[in-house]
Amino acid sequence: MKHFGNPTKAIVAALGLAAMTAPALAQQGLDEPFQKPFKEALAGKTVAYVPVAMNFDLTEGWYAGLKKELEPFGVKFVIRDANWNTNAGAQAVTSLISEKPAVMVVHNPDVQTYAKLLQRAENEGIYVIQINMGSAYRSSAFVGANWVEIGERQTEGVVKACEGKSNKIAIIQGALSAAASAYTLKGVENVLAKHPEIKVVSSQAADWDAAKAKAITQTVLKQNPDLCGIVGFWDGMDIGTAAAVKEAGLIGKVFVATSGGGERKGACELVKSGAFDLNMSYDVPTQAAQMAGTIKWLLSSGIKPGSVKGSEYTTLIPITKENADSQMACWNLSDLKK
Amino acid sequence: MKRFRFNQQEIVFAVFALLFLVFSIFLRGFLTPDNMLTLLQNVAVLGILGLAMAIVVIGRGIDISLIAALAVPPGLVLQMVQNGHSLPASLLTAVLLTIAFGLVNGWLIAYAEVPSLFATLATGLLLAGLGQTALFQLDVVQWSPGMDGFERLGQGTILGIPTSIWMFAIACIVVAFLLRQTRWGAYIYAIGDNPYAARVTGIPSRPIIVLQYVITALIGCFAGLVMAASVNSMPTRIFNSTLIYDVILVVVLGGIGLSGGRGGVLNVVIGTLVIGTMLNGMTIMDISYAGQNLIKGVVLLLAVITDSFLNPRNEETAQQGDI
Repeated sequence: MKHFGNPTKAIVAALGLAAMTAPALAQQGLDEPFQKPFKEALAGKTVAYVPVAMNFDLTEGWYAGLKKELEPFGVKFVIRDANWNTNAGAQAVTSLISEKPAVMVVHNPDVQTYAKLLQRAENEGIYVIQINMGSAYRSSAFVGANWVEIGERQTEGVVKACEGKSNKIAIIQGALSAAASAYTLKGVENVLAKHPEIKVVSSQAADWDAAKAKAITQTVLKQNPDLCGIVGFWDGMDIGTAAAVKEAGLIGKVFVATSGGGERKGACELVKSGAFDLNMSYDVPTQAAQMAGTIKWLLSSGIKPGSVKGSEYTTLIPITKENADSQMACWNLSDLKK
Repeated sequence: MKRFRFNQQEIVFAVFALLFLVFSIFLRGFLTPDNMLTLLQNVAVLGILGLAMAIVVIGRGIDISLIAALAVPPGLVLQMVQNGHSLPASLLTAVLLTIAFGLVNGWLIAYAEVPSLFATLATGLLLAGLGQTALFQLDVVQWSPGMDGFERLGQGTILGIPTSIWMFAIACIVVAFLLRQTRWGAYIYAIGDNPYAARVTGIPSRPIIVLQYVITALIGCFAGLVMAASVNSMPTRIFNSTLIYDVILVVVLGGIGLSGGRGGVLNVVIGTLVIGTMLNGMTIMDISYAGQNLIKGVVLLLAVITDSFLNPRNEETAQQGDI
């Protein structure tokens, strides 16, 4: 108590104490002015999702990712499964236009079919986000892979692996009607134009079908046992390509490049087993997060649909033996759904 | 009629011989033992499916749901093993599902008397839909470690010959035995030739028709297992493909008349060989996809025209829902 004998000192100490405690006592909380309008902009809004089909890793992954990001904000999420039927998809988009959701997330089966419809949707005041497969109409946002880049990088991988070898490669395309397949082929051609030494011994469409891919690859390998690389257009189909390479006993000798959404069973585990040497992944959970981010931004901005147009091309993850073991290179659908 | 049947078979065989000869002379790398094995291996599953289809077509029916039986039960095996069930339990479930499916098909056609074309069109959609909504998580069901060892059904070789060719051979022997050596087989021919006469003579035609569809579904499931083992996965979306037309092509091309009662395993083998030779040759020549479809379409058209020319439809052979 001797310390406080000096009144000046006691006052200073008391003032100091008061100064330290005052803000805490006076705190009423400060309202962040933008969160409430944000919440209001999202709550009760409908986001409609039109994939070419459900039940495969890409579309299931986008669905799970979008749901996880948007539902906590009270966004209603509806799905219209076109189930590989372009007509059904066009009908779904048409009926959605009259139902007027706030946002449509559309996965185009080709470049033309939905183009006019999507333009109409934006004129009617619906934001349109296109995923992975764009249409001829440029809408508010495109989120997806750059197929030309995928084709280029796969082919670069194959060309590099062919150095000092036979320089004979094969191309296993998807379905001829699919623009993703045609764009990827363009990428392949871009690289091959720079490498005249590479000889394409076979370039056939396997219709996204593993059995067909296997049959084609088997025949090609029998004719060209010295083949040094294969550019495949989708990992779901190239399981067949890889099975043919394995049966011919050419794992490690024939470089198999493919691409896909990076789901663990379809991508990382097959790279680890040696079936694929390179799998260009367009990492579906990241795409879903980017889509969700775009939706939040569009809804909270209140801008007129169609008045801004932009693209978010996915940063590709090349999955090879080096990173196939890492937790980040691939994703599990079951975990994403949790 | 018998003389005509041999004619059809001879024509197709001549086409096969001609194709084979032309490819052997002009296509470098076609006539090698390795390529011959690849050729057979690539069409083995198609051949097994052709055998399944042949049984119902001989009995004057058709089974459009065959691809669903190929895709869904084997897909279920892969899915169940992936979910942690044992392989034998999964296989048993799949076989039971297949039998149930065959029974439904057979009941609809034999007892409810729905034309086979429509009945199987609907049940095929039903089974594929069931698979998609309730059984599978993804369209492509991936191989899982629990299945290890089972891939030998479709991969690797026995005595230097790819396993899938052996599987086709076994299926050929089983079906040939069933059709030619058992009473049931004779009944199937009798029903296909003239269902009313067959019934009048006391053949239990309805149970036999049910049996046909059960056996067909089981063979379809077997083909699916070979296919899944061969590509290490089950792409169940194959139901939406045009595979069923290839199967009908094999059957008709081989000379099994769609009006029933004719043909056998040999016809399926010939049909399969023609398709195999065509596909293999076109792949070696690197013909574009559209070109391949064109050629396949022309060949199917020729086969169907030849069929209706050699086995003309009349009141006796016409049937409801005839294709």
